[in-house]
Amino acid sequence: MTAILNLAIVLAAAPLLIGVINKTKALMAGRVGPPLVQTYYDLAKLFRKGTVLSSTTTWVFLAGPAVSFVVALFAALLLPLAGTAPLAFPGDMILFVYVFALARFFTTAAAMDTGSAFEGMGAARELTFASLAEPALFFGFLALARVSHSLELSSVLAVSGTAWRSSTAALVLIVASWFIVLLAENSRVPFDDPNTHLELTMIHEVMVLDHSGPPFGLVLYASAMKLFVFAALVAHVIVPRFAHPLTNVAATLGAVFAIGVLVGLVESVMARLRLVRVPQLLITASLVSAFAVVLVLR
Amino acid sequence: MHAADTILIVLLLANFFILGTANLRASIRVVAMQGVLLAILPLFVETKATPRLMLVVGATAAIKGALIPGLLLKAIRDVHIRHEVEPYLGFIPSLFLCAIGTGFALLFADQLPLAPADHGSLFVPAAFATVLAGFLVSTTRRKAISQVTGYLMLENGVYVFGLLLYESMAVEVGVLLDLLVGIFVMGIVLNHIQREFSSLDTERLSRLRD
Amino acid sequence: MSAQLIVLGALLCFASALVSLVVPRRTQVLTAVIQVSGGIIGLAGCIAGFRGAGAALRLPWQVPMGVAAVRVDALSAFFAAPVFLLGVLGAVYAERYWPSSKPRAAYVRCFFGIATGALSLVLVAANTLFFVALWEIVALACFFLVGTDTADADARGAAWLYLAASHIATLTLFGLVTLLHSATGTWSFVPLSRAVASSDTGSALFWLAIVAFGIKAGMMPFHVWLPAAHAAAPTHVSAVMSGVVIKMGIYGLVRVLSLYPAVPDWMGGTVLTLGIISSILGVAFALAQHDLKRLLAYHSIENIGIILAGLGVGYIARGHGLVMIAMLGFAGGLLHVWNHGLFKALLFFGAGSAIHATHTREIDRMGGLARRMPMVAAGFLTGAVAISGLPPLNGFVSEWLIYVAGFKAVVGPMRGGWAWLLLLAVVPALALTGALALACFVKAFGAVFLGNPRTREAAEAGQAPASMRLAMVPLVLACVAIGVVPVALAPLLSRIVAIASGVSMSLVTTLAPLQRIAAPMAFVLAITVSALVIRLRRAPRTVTWDCGYARPTARMQYSSSSTARTLVAFFAWVMPPSVHAPGQLPLFPAEAALSTHMPDTVLDRGLLPALRRLQRIAGIAHYIQSGRVQLYLVYLGVTLLALLVWSLR
Repeated sequence: MTAILNLAIVLAAAPLLIGVINKTKALMAGRVGPPLVQTYYDLAKLFRKGTVLSSTTTWVFLAGPAVSFVVALFAALLLPLAGTAPLAFPGDMILFVYVFALARFFTTAAAMDTGSAFEGMGAARELTFASLAEPALFFGFLALARVSHSLELSSVLAVSGTAWRSSTAALVLIVASWFIVLLAENSRVPFDDPNTHLELTMIHEVMVLDHSGPPFGLVLYASAMKLFVFAALVAHVIVPRFAHPLTNVAATLGAVFAIGVLVGLVESVMARLRLVRVPQLLITASLVSAFAVVLVLR
Repeated sequence: MHAADTILIVLLLANFFILGTANLRASIRVVAMQGVLLAILPLFVETKATPRLMLVVGATAAIKGALIPGLLLKAIRDVHIRHEVEPYLGFIPSLFLCAIGTGFALLFADQLPLAPADHGSLFVPAAFATVLAGFLVSTTRRKAISQVTGYLMLENGVYVFGLLLYESMAVEVGVLLDLLVGIFVMGIVLNHIQREFSSLDTERLSRLRD
Repeated sequence: MSAQLIVLGALLCFASALVSLVVPRRTQVLTAVIQVSGGIIGLAGCIAGFRGAGAALRLPWQVPMGVAAVRVDALSAFFAAPVFLLGVLGAVYAERYWPSSKPRAAYVRCFFGIATGALSLVLVAANTLFFVALWEIVALACFFLVGTDTADADARGAAWLYLAASHIATLTLFGLVTLLHSATGTWSFVPLSRAVASSDTGSALFWLAIVAFGIKAGMMPFHVWLPAAHAAAPTHVSAVMSGVVIKMGIYGLVRVLSLYPAVPDWMGGTVLTLGIISSILGVAFALAQHDLKRLLAYHSIENIGIILAGLGVGYIARGHGLVMIAMLGFAGGLLHVWNHGLFKALLFFGAGSAIHATHTREIDRMGGLARRMPMVAAGFLTGAVAISGLPPLNGFVSEWLIYVAGFKAVVGPMRGGWAWLLLLAVVPALALTGALALACFVKAFGAVFLGNPRTREAAEAGQAPASMRLAMVPLVLACVAIGVVPVALAPLLSRIVAIASGVSMSLVTTLAPLQRIAAPMAFVLAITVSALVIRLRRAPRTVTWDCGYARPTARMQYSSSSTARTLVAFFAWVMPPSVHAPGQLPLFPAEAALSTHMPDTVLDRGLLPALRRLQRIAGIAHYIQSGRVQLYLVYLGVTLLALLVWSLR
């Protein structure tokens, strides 16, 4: 039951999150911008279109979008959106991170399948930056696990008010580093600009250059859902756990959209970093969450 | 004692001769003579002439006087060498060294911890001097045949030492066997050296080092 | 029963070696048949041995001062099972990879049989001298196998390096066995008394074990022989060497440490630290390789690091009474022994097919092979996903167990000290390793099988022969099975951890949720991908978008070095590459060449220069050896004279 609820929420709300971000950016730039529901229209359009495939590609090319879509849904099942996750078990945090790694494997393999230098470049960058972002996630999980004395994502993310009061510094650090990881993993400024289509400056966009039609729709949907899941992860740390499941859902959604607005603000205010600076920022994020672990252990 | 001392003096003189000559056939013959002299030396030292003693004397004389020199002369004849080429240490200096060595041996032989009966006899200095002379020949000559000659002189010196233990002839017999085996091995080695380098010059052997 | 079957299996392997030497070329398949039957019988013996009843056997053959005693307990059976399995699959693979028509085919089969037979017996040897004798036989057989291609100077060098390293290990092992005998009084693996274990003897035994078994296992910094040897050997031999021979080192370490009633923290900490170093640096070196087999060899070093990290976690936790954490750590490490054997062999078989078709080991001369050999590509992909530790395959299960151990350590009460901090350090270390391994295998799989072929050989590569493909199938099934049904192995893992450390807990409740999730996840993934592929199989095809370049070539694709460049540059402090770049380029376009190569830091920048300097210093003593007999006689004479004078004083 909770499973269907989780899936429905994610499927329904993820494109809206993209819309919120785009609207924020537009408003900050003094434009009216696309409507909030634009992403739904885009998805509908893409699913109706035909597909053209490259003659160089194999089945791995189509496995990329398929796997990332399934993985995003699966990760949604691990999140305690309504109070408890449908698939919760001790140690599910590790599964959470690793299913996204699985999606990354197939997305980058699909990129290399095209035999193009552009996609290869995007794949190389994606692999490098994700390797540096994973330790930050794990440090955060270590600290939260200690604070909540549990290994289940549902309990770990139910950070109560008392926990906030006792380990404020550590939790703030975790939220900050996880926000940076969110930006990195979802190819947002300052790591990658989702609006640019200059191949030499893209990471995620360039990897999906050759997709078209429904597979591209799946790619778009999957990246929206991934952004939603990561935002929900950060939201859960900030928002306390309420007793009633629907209140929980409402609060989490509210926090998620707030984070979306924040992402939009960051994207409007900052420029994309030079690529050599990206590893430095990611290592900073890892060090910040490592410091959070140290604070929690004292 | 008189006869024994005479033989030992002749032994020492033979050392000088071998060191001073460049003629390989002469040096082999003189070493053979040394051998025969030493073979009959026990007859003058031992008091009783047992059959066993006669057997050892006869065998030693035959081997040292005939068999081994015969082999060596045949070896020289096969490779057509007659003269020792310029040795590392010249003939005059090696004679000089031998003289000094013999002198030291004569003067300091008594310093060694020997049985009281042997003090003052010529055996120990003669033995030492012969060993030294053999050592000099092995060390300063270039031809491989000279190594054999030096070895023979060395064995002669050890033989004289062995005579000091004249209760049993075990040392002499041991030395004899030793000598026989050694000569055979050297003969084979000389053959191989000759085949490999077409010369018996030991200079060529240094090519074999690592 | 299990002991008899295992010994019979090993003897059949030896028999196949003999047969390969005497049988004429046309009937060489008989060798494979005997080897396969030996493997199957041995595998049956191992499965019987899983039950745990320690069967013992005394063979009627005297080893000098020892006894050919064999004892099968669950731990030995656990380690021996992959040996027999890979023996069977290797023989099947070699049928077409190194057919009888190729030179030295009989030689390869002979030593393969000897190696597998001796290896299975090493794992069940109960007498330490028997153990050492068999160990040496395995090392020698592997030496001969590594040096199969005598025309290749690299292969010869690799073989000599392997022999040197193996013999240092054997020498240290002799020391270990002798010290063990003086400590316990018998030539068997009997537990040490508490007094001995905590004394200097106990410490010395540990260090000897680390050196001897570490060299064999390819732990850093003793790994110098591994990349060259595994790259030079024939592929099915590399699969066996990477898959099971290096596990011989792990088995030895586990066996020796199981004799200690209590493993002190510093020992567990050493194992854990060496494991973490090996895993991170192993994968870093692997990223920089462009020779496919060398890349796989460095990954073996990485996975040995993961195994050691798991074992280290177990030992430290056990020392502090944290039983569940210890169980998880040991189970993760030991399960990874099987997992690595399975997916590494799978990867080597796939690589071998690619190399067989393109006649080169260079990744940058391959490309687009997935269209020419789809089954091999699918198998290699499975291996790549497994080695990156991704769900729902087996690599994830063992790494997950170690992760949970680390997390439980942080959640539990703080038991203090640097050892506990090491336990925590496992989590980020494993995370970094996993991410880097993923990067490396996307690079390898992408450059070899995906994209466009870079050379003519790659473009014209044919499908791999049936037996080579067939050999990969059981490994794929095993990887999927262990990933999807891990609970089935829980009782066996509990039993072997109990033997290795005395800790025993059930893992069924821990692994059950993974099992509940993995199967549906795999199913959904498979269905979705297949649905999409089938739905779009008639989609129109065109060229890859090329931004308007008139003539893109296959060489413009991202190569293996380009994909890994940033990550390799990260690790430049520990592995400086050697780059041959063109100097000043002229004004007008001219031909230029660029090549980069990653020498092994420990070997090429550390060990070899030091040895060369030592050789130069030792050369000073050369002057003593003049080659002249006369001079040697003078040495003798002077020495004797000196002795005489000295004795007369």
